[in-house]
Amino acid sequence: MKKDYRFNQYYKSLNVFSIALILLSLIFLIFKGLNYGVDFKGGTLIEIRVETEKPDIEILRSSFNKLNLGKISIKNFGSDNDFVVKFKRDKLNDPEFIENLQRNLSQELTQDFSFRRVENVGPKVSSELLKAGVTAICLSLMAMLIYIWIRFEWQFSVGAIAALFHDVIITLGIFSALSLEINLSIVAAVLTIVGYSMNDTVVIYDRVRENLKKYSDIKIFDLTNLSINETLSRTIITSSTTLLALLSIFLFGGEILKGFSLAMILGVILGTYSSIFIANPLLVFFKVSQKTVLKEDN
Amino acid sequence: MLYFSKLKITLIALFTLFMVMVSSSNFLDLDLDKQKKIKLGLDLQGGSYLLLELDNEPVIKQKLQSKLLEIKDYFKKNKIKILSLKLDDKLIKLKVSKDDVEKISEIFSDKESTINPYYFQYKAHQLDVKINGDVFNLELSKYGIILIKNASLDQAIEIVRKRVDEVGTNEPNILKRGNDRILLELPGLDNPDRIKSLLGKTADLAFRLESESSNESFGTEKLKLIETGEELLLSKRVIISGDNLVDASPRMDSLNNQTVVSFTLDRVGSKRFAQATKRNIGTRLAIVLDGQIISAPVIRDVIAGGSGQISGGFTFQSATDLALLLRSGALPAPLNIIEERTVGPDLGQDSINAGILSLIIGFLLVIGFMTFKYRIFGIIANFTLIINLILLISILTLLEATLTLPGIAGIILTVGMAVDANVLIFERIKEETSKEKNNLIAFDNGYSKSKITILDANITTIIAAIILFIFGSGPVKGFSITLCVGILTTLFSVFFIARLLTSIYVKINKHKEIIIK
Repeated sequence: MKKDYRFNQYYKSLNVFSIALILLSLIFLIFKGLNYGVDFKGGTLIEIRVETEKPDIEILRSSFNKLNLGKISIKNFGSDNDFVVKFKRDKLNDPEFIENLQRNLSQELTQDFSFRRVENVGPKVSSELLKAGVTAICLSLMAMLIYIWIRFEWQFSVGAIAALFHDVIITLGIFSALSLEINLSIVAAVLTIVGYSMNDTVVIYDRVRENLKKYSDIKIFDLTNLSINETLSRTIITSSTTLLALLSIFLFGGEILKGFSLAMILGVILGTYSSIFIANPLLVFFKVSQKTVLKEDN
Repeated sequence: MLYFSKLKITLIALFTLFMVMVSSSNFLDLDLDKQKKIKLGLDLQGGSYLLLELDNEPVIKQKLQSKLLEIKDYFKKNKIKILSLKLDDKLIKLKVSKDDVEKISEIFSDKESTINPYYFQYKAHQLDVKINGDVFNLELSKYGIILIKNASLDQAIEIVRKRVDEVGTNEPNILKRGNDRILLELPGLDNPDRIKSLLGKTADLAFRLESESSNESFGTEKLKLIETGEELLLSKRVIISGDNLVDASPRMDSLNNQTVVSFTLDRVGSKRFAQATKRNIGTRLAIVLDGQIISAPVIRDVIAGGSGQISGGFTFQSATDLALLLRSGALPAPLNIIEERTVGPDLGQDSINAGILSLIIGFLLVIGFMTFKYRIFGIIANFTLIINLILLISILTLLEATLTLPGIAGIILTVGMAVDANVLIFERIKEETSKEKNNLIAFDNGYSKSKITILDANITTIIAAIILFIFGSGPVKGFSITLCVGILTTLFSVFFIARLLTSIYVKINKHKEIIIK
């Protein structure tokens, strides 16, 4: 079963599409920004379960509003009975705060409820976590750049890194556009996307390099197309099994892993796409030829 | 690539068998003392995570105050005249006569100097000295501050441990973080309020006398009585402090039916207490805790036995807490809670259930897909995947790693990505069989040609996972561990288990046409 799809004829149009997506993402990231969770913004998060059938979020909201916590946000979390309440707090030091809150709330709210999870993150810690997250993502991109530089020629490393930036920026752009929460696990997801996307690109690049050495008469434009076709089954199968696993986390892994698995799903789709349609056109752009790879071997 | 010696086959089999046994210890209760098990993270078993920060400002201020006195004494002893000496925020300003400047500067930079100790391990002095004409500006150096912080952190950790142990939670984990933070993990604790309130108190206890006039030699200050709000003028002289206490416990006072805290003093404390009560009959004795007066009874008689009691309108709970705090000792500085994460046990159980369910479903989906796609080789890949999972679990067991919810996600992701290596090989073999008639050579080529690609591809993921391990915190760290170990076990299982199985299959079907779909 020989595959011969003409991927290369879509290089130009899809590149325009990708650049548009990146620009759109950047606009969202700059003007709308990211919706940071308590990990990065600081504040208090309480996951609360109300033990009645179909509890009314408005009742819960008005009960919380009476407690003078400042601006609060309440959202349904997974099941009908679970809610997440978030608000800012100046001082974390009052040890009886949660106990008092529980007592005051039980006076306001007639239904039975329980606090399933409480997270308090002080401003100092949240800014440190944010810094650590950004550093980690930057470092991983840099490490990839160095690794690929050692293993391949510079044209390849530029192509691979461009593909990585493409995936990371658009994933974050989608999170910004949909106002999805950015927390610690999203940073983990982004780093894994970086690893995965790189993995995918490396497989195709390995084949491009091998083919460059093998065929001196095929132009890079067609050679990339040949390499994509030769590795296509693998690309499809691996992204399918990875997506199946991620889909299982997304659907059955509980509410806490939703954001993480969604980011990963987006990342895997984007990563697969970019290793074909971003990483390869760049090799064409740089006019990579047999000389480029043979030079290195001497 | 397809050749395996008998020895190698035996070793692989034994190793795999051993790993199967190791991983099974998680599911069987063998009741062995040293049985290793994967620990569940706080997000799965429920519990509290607290990050505490020591507010070292008062400690540093105090250190500077005593440094001031030390300098005064030292100069007096060495007969050097001080024109002026004062503490300006965190800067000691020392003015001397012009003739002494050189001599003093030598003293401060002397490595044997007692007044400005030199730390050989850091190659730095305790104080940074800047000379401005005849004025010396002395400041704690970077390492001087670090040493102070470290000492007070060590002390604080001891106190925190005592207080947490007194409350009796199971297996608390108390760790140093940097030089002014303490990380406290309390598994199974779904309401950390009591621990938080115990840790929130410095528990600096002092017995001080009421003063009649404000010009006492030790100085005086006005403090409030908690119960009535009444203000008392107290001498700054501390008669006995919390350090002199050897024991404290809550008790019912049968005379007036009040809950009190009774305490026992050490020998020095008893003596001082007896003397002070003897000399000051009729004066009020204030019991000061963290800058507030708990009670201030009038001294009616000499208290010589070395024990006494504190009353202050306590409930039994607050008396118990105070006694606990007094027994465990005072913190060197106030502790602030800067991060808290508490997960209730039922949410933890829900997360475990969801994690396992999604692992099973993800696993079945991947296995189904591979069998459908590759038939006999799919079954080889799936068998490899099972071994891979067993290896992953056993290595996590041997490391006694902590499994978190993101960690489970990492295992599921490993399931999804692990087949990649096998797919790369199978696809390569498929290409090779179309060119090469000899099955053995074709398979051999398939394995050797895809080796580099597989390594390249997995190293990138490992790099990402290692960076995540370094920068990640809490549950996310668990994800990076499973991801990292998962890649290693994948490489092992593909290059040993899957290759062994493939070689057996190919040898059996040497002359038949093998088609990989």
